[in-house]
Amino acid sequence: MSGPNTQYDPVEVAALDPAAVEQAVTDALAAIAAADSLEALKAARLAHQGEKSPLALANREIGALPPSAKAEAGKRVGQARGRVGQALAGRQVELEAERDARILVEETVDLTVRTPRRPLGARHPISLVSERIEDIFVAMGWEIAEGPEVESEWLNFDALNLSPDHPARGEADTFFVAPAGSGLVLRTHTSPVQVRTMLDREPPIYILCPGKVFRTDDLDATHTPVFHQFEGLVVDEGITMAHLKGALDAFVQRLFGDGIVTRLRPNYFPFTEPSAEIDCQCWVCGGADASCRTCGGTGWIELGGCGMVNQRVLRAAGVDPQRYSGFAFGLGIERSLMLRHGVGDMHDIVEGDVRFSRQFGMEI
Amino acid sequence: MHAPVSWLRELADVPADATGADIAAALVKVGLEEEGLSGGDISGPIVVGRVLTVEPEPQKNGKTVNWCTVDVGDHGQRVTEGKAQEIVCGAHNFSAGDLVVCVLPGGVLPGGFEISARKTYGHVSNGMICSARELGLGDDHDGIILLTELLGADAAASLQPGDDAIALLGLADEVVEVNVTPDRGYCFSLRGIAREYALSTGAAYRDPADLRVAEGDGTGYPVHLTDDAPVEGVVGCDRYVARVVRGVDVGAATPQWMRKRLTQVGMRPISLAVDVTNYVMMLLGQPLHAFDLQTLSGAVGTRRARVGEKLTTLDDVARALDPEDLLIVDGSDTPLAIAGVMGGEASEVTSATTDVLIEAAHFDPISIARSSRRHRLVTEASKRFERGVDPAVAAAAAQLAVDLLVEHGGGTADPGATDVGEPRTPAAIAFDTALPTRYVGLDYPREEVLSTLRAIGCVVQDDAGDAGDAGDDVVTVQPPSWRPDLADGPDLVEEVARVRGYDQIPSVLPQPKDGHGLTHGQRVRRVIATTLAHQGLVEVLTYPFVARDLFDRLGYAPDDSRRRAEALVNPLSEEAPLMRTSVLDTLQDALRRNVARGHRDVAVYEVGLVTVGREDAAVAPVPGIEVRPDDATLDRIREAVPAQPRHVAMAAAGDASVAGPWGPARPYDASDAVAWVLTLGTALGLDLEVQAADRSPWHPGRCASISLPDGTVVGHAGELHPKVTAALDLPARSVAAEVDVDVLIAATGTPRQADELSTYPAAHTDVALVVDEQVPAGRVEAALRAGAGEGLESVHLFDVYRGEQVGDGRKSLAYRLTFRAPDRTLTTDEVSALRDAAVAAAAEQTGAVQR
Repeated sequence: MSGPNTQYDPVEVAALDPAAVEQAVTDALAAIAAADSLEALKAARLAHQGEKSPLALANREIGALPPSAKAEAGKRVGQARGRVGQALAGRQVELEAERDARILVEETVDLTVRTPRRPLGARHPISLVSERIEDIFVAMGWEIAEGPEVESEWLNFDALNLSPDHPARGEADTFFVAPAGSGLVLRTHTSPVQVRTMLDREPPIYILCPGKVFRTDDLDATHTPVFHQFEGLVVDEGITMAHLKGALDAFVQRLFGDGIVTRLRPNYFPFTEPSAEIDCQCWVCGGADASCRTCGGTGWIELGGCGMVNQRVLRAAGVDPQRYSGFAFGLGIERSLMLRHGVGDMHDIVEGDVRFSRQFGMEI
Repeated sequence: MHAPVSWLRELADVPADATGADIAAALVKVGLEEEGLSGGDISGPIVVGRVLTVEPEPQKNGKTVNWCTVDVGDHGQRVTEGKAQEIVCGAHNFSAGDLVVCVLPGGVLPGGFEISARKTYGHVSNGMICSARELGLGDDHDGIILLTELLGADAAASLQPGDDAIALLGLADEVVEVNVTPDRGYCFSLRGIAREYALSTGAAYRDPADLRVAEGDGTGYPVHLTDDAPVEGVVGCDRYVARVVRGVDVGAATPQWMRKRLTQVGMRPISLAVDVTNYVMMLLGQPLHAFDLQTLSGAVGTRRARVGEKLTTLDDVARALDPEDLLIVDGSDTPLAIAGVMGGEASEVTSATTDVLIEAAHFDPISIARSSRRHRLVTEASKRFERGVDPAVAAAAAQLAVDLLVEHGGGTADPGATDVGEPRTPAAIAFDTALPTRYVGLDYPREEVLSTLRAIGCVVQDDAGDAGDAGDDVVTVQPPSWRPDLADGPDLVEEVARVRGYDQIPSVLPQPKDGHGLTHGQRVRRVIATTLAHQGLVEVLTYPFVARDLFDRLGYAPDDSRRRAEALVNPLSEEAPLMRTSVLDTLQDALRRNVARGHRDVAVYEVGLVTVGREDAAVAPVPGIEVRPDDATLDRIREAVPAQPRHVAMAAAGDASVAGPWGPARPYDASDAVAWVLTLGTALGLDLEVQAADRSPWHPGRCASISLPDGTVVGHAGELHPKVTAALDLPARSVAAEVDVDVLIAATGTPRQADELSTYPAAHTDVALVVDEQVPAGRVEAALRAGAGEGLESVHLFDVYRGEQVGDGRKSLAYRLTFRAPDRTLTTDEVSALRDAAVAAAAEQTGAVQR
């Protein structure tokens, strides 16, 4: 900047001429309005607000004016610069908005592709149903007990009052572990877990025994040689068949729906006496549809067997039948799954086709 | 067991309007499960017809059919066209004048077959002349029914064409089929079913065994009961009734009513002697055997078979007998029958037989069951003896058979009767009359308890009399002879409960005092399963059976302990007789099946037990069950059971990340398998370590063992060996992992103590270290961690470079090290010092050189 020039007549300075200032503003506003991009606006800013712009030059001349003239010239130039600055800022906002909008449009991607890059896996529905059933009983204060799948004959049969001559102990029903006479079988039910529990601890016992069991059936639409069961056992003082019915009713209501009840029919099992077959009200038709596919129109669905633990079983497991009584029940998990979810063919459950598990996700 | 309703009505007062379904419901209530209901699905017009004309018409196909006209009374074409019924019939066992059964258009035959007029062999046939099978009257389909033969000339004489044949032949009779549980052997008879029906409904019951019986008087056919080797201390035969009928016309026709009933209960009428024994068995539950008396020499008796002895049974099979088989023998000691199972061919009643010996015996259920199973021979007789036959009914059954043979075969009964042996009666039970109430949770008044027990046939000795009140009210209950299953208090409770009805039992939710929820192990297993599913793996459940050559295909060394697998005596398939020793053994089947079904990119996992083969095959003892076995015995039982740890296996083939709008696919590689396992550790809060490993069935250069910080191996992961994928027919480059879940469970469970989080800034610095190719990155990382000490927050390998700049057989590993102090911001100098210490440790332990 040049120093004060006392010889200089400020009134005569062209740059500060009101018309010149006004022209500079007009030129600037026109250039700003004409800027169609942030780059063009940047150029306009340099030309009309930069150090070499007319208004900047004019501003610089103010300092050379005599004090009397400074105020008016300053005001004039200041207002002019303000108008230009405002226009620049306004245009800047406009152009940035335009740019942002354009970029977002350009960045559009197609998100309608449904295949995930890495698909979620799935639990097997047998596991999910099993865990759901476990949770039902755990919520009632029971515990989950487990045991080995290769099991001793004594725990699988004898201790459950299945005598050595019981037909189920034949090779036609039971897998025997070699060599013959080893005293080992693949467990045919999870009842040996009940016996192990009674042997290992004192009542009260409230346990659910889920697990894999084996019978020498051929695989077909409704049978599989390897399947899953859950058995319940309660041994406590004063346990009655009414408690058995109560536990079963509570279970079916939580798995199949409120209001569903069970029906007991007399039956025979060596490990229980009295024994009963468990039927469950049809949760699909409630017995109202003679052509119901779930219950076959009878209104009832056969679920499994149950009864009061045979006193011989209690004695074999070291439980005093004079002091304690108990009930037990056994139901199939495959059957529960097939009924609850309309699975029509056992093959789908056992073959491991990933499409089968994927249908159900992670909660059932 | 089939129960024809009309037969049942003879034994119990079934209400006139009760249907088969009503009867079935009454039986279900007391524990006889309904298996089926048949009959009642037949409807007319089905009428008596008299054949008027028969014109044989040879056909091009070589058959000859008969173009007949039949007088069917005021039915069919007589009404609509004013002429006799015109019917085409393929049978040839009749001629004009015979009385037959015709189903006319509109009639429905068993099975829902509706008959209409239809064109056949050039004629319109207006119905059908029926065979016995078509009417559900038996198996006979060789010709049509001739009513004169079927009913006898006398009965047929009164028939008129047009008479309703449904009523005449009882065609609408319903048959209820029930399942008999093993404890209710007496229900394998109409006698037993009728008793249960009466019990369920309160209907009056007439015992068909209640008849005049010739007493055993010592003058009958000689019989001795010998048993040198009773099974479990029980003699094989404890009652033997023998009766003789001479001069029987075995060719005489079995009466129609008997044939029909046999057919209804599912038996085929054969000949008079056989039909009579079967009929009596169905009625009374007592299996009978008829011997041709002429073939017997001397006294009949029992004994156990001898080693090497043989008998050809009625089914024409020569059977090698077992010393435990109970035999019926004659005076020359020749085996006549496997007692209670099947008779021998030589003493069979034939068309030449005139004199018959009827045997009605009671055999030990266990002896019969064993013989039946041993010879794989389940007969109507063995089925009943196994489940318990009423020993008291033998004489009545023999008497009824004698009576029927005399009546229909024209024989003469010998006056003498043989009845030897002393049948065991069920032991009396001391029974607390309050037990039903205590056991069932429903109030059963004393009177009801006693009357129910009496109704099922028990003799109740009520010492306390009716004055007995609460407290120690014990009565003595003698179960009836047909209920050997009633042995203790709860057995009687069931009787009381089922007669009142199980539907009366209230529903009371039991209230445990405390529950501990899921165990730690159960929770860990759920975390494992869910974590793997979240990583894209799909859970499957496979059968745990494997082939003998699987371990070869998996490339196991000869001494690999995983080859020691338990085998099954009777596997599902001889191709898979072993129990798996790894879950991967069978998971690979699921992987292959999925690939075969077109799932190119697939990842599966399974959590399950494996069986560790026993080194010494200790036999698990099988003690009695009267009391809890002693601890030593229980220990031997438990110890004989092989260890069965729980494993999880994972396997995948194809792409881990599929191609898509986001870019190209990335195939599964060994590091994915390692990552699955490490992620399990992360999910469980475990810091797992990875080392290079060489273990079958993995690729020796692409296998990692994963372990706990203390060195315990958790499992292995990596790419499968190329030979293994080829041998298992899996896609090349398939990856897999196997982890011992029990190890993970044991390693967790104590509450992890939280690290303090520093809020001071982190400092990042990168180092590139050149090492020999065979130095695993894991070792370099471990050295860096050790060298840097606690100030090092994380190490991340972000690049691996191989090339000229680092030289042959060398690689450059680029790590980002993140440092952070708990109490201050680290200075640049401090970070440099930490980094240098880390690098120095790496240099010392792995020969790493900083680039």
